[in-house]
Amino acid sequence: MSIWRHATRGLRGLLRRTAQNQEITDEVRQYFEEATTEWKARGLTEEEARRAARLECGNPVVVAEQMQSYGWENGVRTLLSDLRFAARQLRRNPGFAIVSAITLALGIGASTAIFSAVNPILFKPLPYPQPDRILMIWNTWQGARSEVAFGTYRELQQRSRSFEAMAIFEPWQPALTGGAEPERLDGQSVSADFFHVLGVAPALGRDFRASEEDPNGPNVVILSNRLWQNLFRGDPAILGRQVKLDGDNYTVIGVMPRGFEDVLLPSAELWTPTRYDQRQITRDFNTWEWGSHLRMVGRLRPEVTRAQAISELSKIAHTPWPQFPRPRWVSLEHGLIVDSLQEDIAHTVRPALLAVLGAVILVLLIACVNVVNLLLARSGQRGGEFAVRGALGASRRRMVRQLVTESMLLSLPGGALGIAAALGGVRTIVALSPADLPRLDAIRLDPAAFLFAFATTTIIGLATGVIPSVHISRNDLQTGLRQSSNRVAGTHLWTRRWLVITEVALALVLLVSAGLLLRSMEQLLRVSPGFNSSHLLTMQVVSSGHEFDNLPSAPEAGDRARRRFFEQALDAVRRVPGVQRAAFTSALPLSDDPPVVIHYGAQFEDQDAQGGYDVFRYAVSPGYCQTMNIPLLRGRLLDERDTAGAPQVALISASLARRHFGNRSPLGRRLHVGPRNRPWYTVVGVVGDVKQTSLAIDQEDAVYLSTEQTWFADDTLSFVIRTRGEPAALVPAVVAAIWSVDRNQPIVRIMTMDRMTAVTEAQRRFILILFEAFGIVALMLAAVGLYGVLSGSVAERTREIGIRAALGARRTDILALIVRDGMRLTLFGIAIGLSGAVAAARVIASLLFGTSPFDPLAWAGTTALLMIVAGIACWVPAWRAARVEPSMTLRAE
Amino acid sequence: MNAQNTDVIQGTLDMLILKTLSLQPLHGFGIARRVEQITQGVFKVNPGSLLTALQRLERSGWLESEWRHTENSRRAKFYSLTRAGRKQLELETADWTRRASAIARLLREGA
Repeated sequence: MSIWRHATRGLRGLLRRTAQNQEITDEVRQYFEEATTEWKARGLTEEEARRAARLECGNPVVVAEQMQSYGWENGVRTLLSDLRFAARQLRRNPGFAIVSAITLALGIGASTAIFSAVNPILFKPLPYPQPDRILMIWNTWQGARSEVAFGTYRELQQRSRSFEAMAIFEPWQPALTGGAEPERLDGQSVSADFFHVLGVAPALGRDFRASEEDPNGPNVVILSNRLWQNLFRGDPAILGRQVKLDGDNYTVIGVMPRGFEDVLLPSAELWTPTRYDQRQITRDFNTWEWGSHLRMVGRLRPEVTRAQAISELSKIAHTPWPQFPRPRWVSLEHGLIVDSLQEDIAHTVRPALLAVLGAVILVLLIACVNVVNLLLARSGQRGGEFAVRGALGASRRRMVRQLVTESMLLSLPGGALGIAAALGGVRTIVALSPADLPRLDAIRLDPAAFLFAFATTTIIGLATGVIPSVHISRNDLQTGLRQSSNRVAGTHLWTRRWLVITEVALALVLLVSAGLLLRSMEQLLRVSPGFNSSHLLTMQVVSSGHEFDNLPSAPEAGDRARRRFFEQALDAVRRVPGVQRAAFTSALPLSDDPPVVIHYGAQFEDQDAQGGYDVFRYAVSPGYCQTMNIPLLRGRLLDERDTAGAPQVALISASLARRHFGNRSPLGRRLHVGPRNRPWYTVVGVVGDVKQTSLAIDQEDAVYLSTEQTWFADDTLSFVIRTRGEPAALVPAVVAAIWSVDRNQPIVRIMTMDRMTAVTEAQRRFILILFEAFGIVALMLAAVGLYGVLSGSVAERTREIGIRAALGARRTDILALIVRDGMRLTLFGIAIGLSGAVAAARVIASLLFGTSPFDPLAWAGTTALLMIVAGIACWVPAWRAARVEPSMTLRAE
Repeated sequence: MNAQNTDVIQGTLDMLILKTLSLQPLHGFGIARRVEQITQGVFKVNPGSLLTALQRLERSGWLESEWRHTENSRRAKFYSLTRAGRKQLELETADWTRRASAIARLLREGA
């Protein structure tokens, strides 16, 4: 009740200030009149009584003031008047206000946005219970992570004692039919314990059971919340319903919770059990059970540490047991790679993200230095004003309060703008981000980052508000008053010079890094992919349904049907007007086709059982190399003669030919690709090298086979279509042509080859764009700082300049004087910055392609750019100084 | 003016005001004089503190005020005790008595 009264009375006081003051004055006057009357009653004259009353009661004005300062509303009133004054100050100097607000906004916005993006990927625990107990387990191939085989998983699962549960998973992209258009969904085949390992259970229905992993088990599926909403409008009676996937009916047994995030495949919308046959493991090595195409996760037992688990797994890897035979390609002789799930999903982007984080911290630092610099410049100019206020009786506390209010008024809009910039930044980052950036869905403006930004603005505001006032109190009044007459050089100038040198140095570090990344991108784009990517349309065509099943009664019938469908579709595409050539391939260069499904072992006939190469296997239609413009170097290309019944032939890439045959001709030599129990392929031609995974990766050993002569028919092929005009314009016609053959087959990943190439290099481009943006911001901030210091110095030296001019200095002399001063600061900053840049270049060396960390062009170019911009920033105040009229300045004093 | 005058003990001003007003409504100067009279000039009330205290007590809901004419027909702001103010006075009186007797006991024992 009382609080309410306090609030309403206070508010009334604020709103009806004059009325309230009048009442107070009246009350005080009446009090003094009563006192006077009393003294008069004791026999004093009017005059004497008045004096006696004052002597007794004090000064009525002071009493009234004391009453007026009562209540919370009074603090508000002071704040409002401080704000009004501060706003007036800022309005008087809008350039200063705008530059500082923008500086703060850039620094805070950039750092908040980057921190928001990096935090969930690198630092924030994954959205699972005890996420640090989830480990990823990989096989080792050439020192790097490689997928595991089902046999390895079973062996580790049975021998290891460190894990509560282990699970395997692989991509599963079933075609959903029955809707308006056939759709391909993204999902995963997972072993029964997958969700147990993650520690998340379905929100509706149940988890998988071990019995459902059996090859003859029932078809069951768990849906994501999103798919359930989109497909079934969140129907609660979904459990037990049938969904038609790849022509089979699957029973829905569960729906995952709404916020469930599958960090192992963020696009996954449905899950089904893996169907591997345990009996095959010891029976035959040439089976899917021994193909290395699975990823593996495990959840540690609570009492087991990560180190214990790693050493146990290593011991298992190096001591095979006879009851767990291992084929040569999964001998585990190089051990296993074990990493926490969080580090594992981020390991490809970690160095780049840390570099970006470092860069943005530099930007924030430059922004802070710049704001401090601006505020110091201002307090230097206002030393006189504060000295006068002090002389007029303003208390220290009151002045500090005024200054803090002013600084806050400056930093709060900076912070607000910064948060707006951060929101835009986060959106831009998500839009620009490369496909391999994990946890993209978890990136949003993070409250922690928001608080960080807000605290930064507040601290900058307070610090820069208080530093000048501390400084004022240190100076005695006299100096302050003298300073106001502009005759004594500002004491801040020395500090401010150092701040500018710091800014230049930091900016150079960022610029050199950005320059190196730019050169690296330039080098990368100069790399030829090995084919002509212009006017090339690509799309993935899926063949799904029971008509493609290989039945025990007709083992090859399904494959034949698949090949027939693809060939008919290709014929239809070739008939589309505007199509020059068309072909298909099992693996599309520079696409996101997972390398693991394209990699096969190849062995020439003169190699022993332990020898062989890992090659990319391309199952292609005749005419593929012509369509892609992959050059023929020797022999012949595949053509219509290479059918199922004809002798088996292969093309090999130039790199593979060189690796195995040196200068000898590979033509007529024979090799196995994949299983060894099949007829040999004879090499009939050598073609140019093609980049498969990235322009930056020289991994080009490849074998091209005719789709009719491979040992299995790929269910998904990429069509490549060379067009006469704009490739994107042909999309509807091409899709219609394929669907004219079979209406039920999904067509996905429709993209021009140029776009595909750009997407492949998205990570580098992403880092480059960020560094370029930061570099430009840093350059601008350094230029503003330099300009500010020199302008201040020119203003303070007006008199000196005037005297010089009066004594006969020419304009060019004065111009040179100031420019030399500024360039001295710049050069000093560059000298310091170069040593910082050496360290930065070492850090980002791993992100560079074909570029030395000491690339002369990048170093010289960015340094020159910085000098030119600094030169312009110096020249403007210098020019102003040169126009100083000597008579004017001397009189101005 | 008497050298024996003492400023009102910190924290007792509120109680003195409430007690004074419990007898009859008064304006500021009247309260000051009454306090001095009753305490026989031991306590001297400073108008700044008194008027601010009245503001505070009024805002706390213990007093209410009204502009009225005095006996010598001046307009003055008269304060009177509310029901909550009466309760507050009882509380403060009890508290004060308890503390004063404790101090008195302590001084007696010490002597």
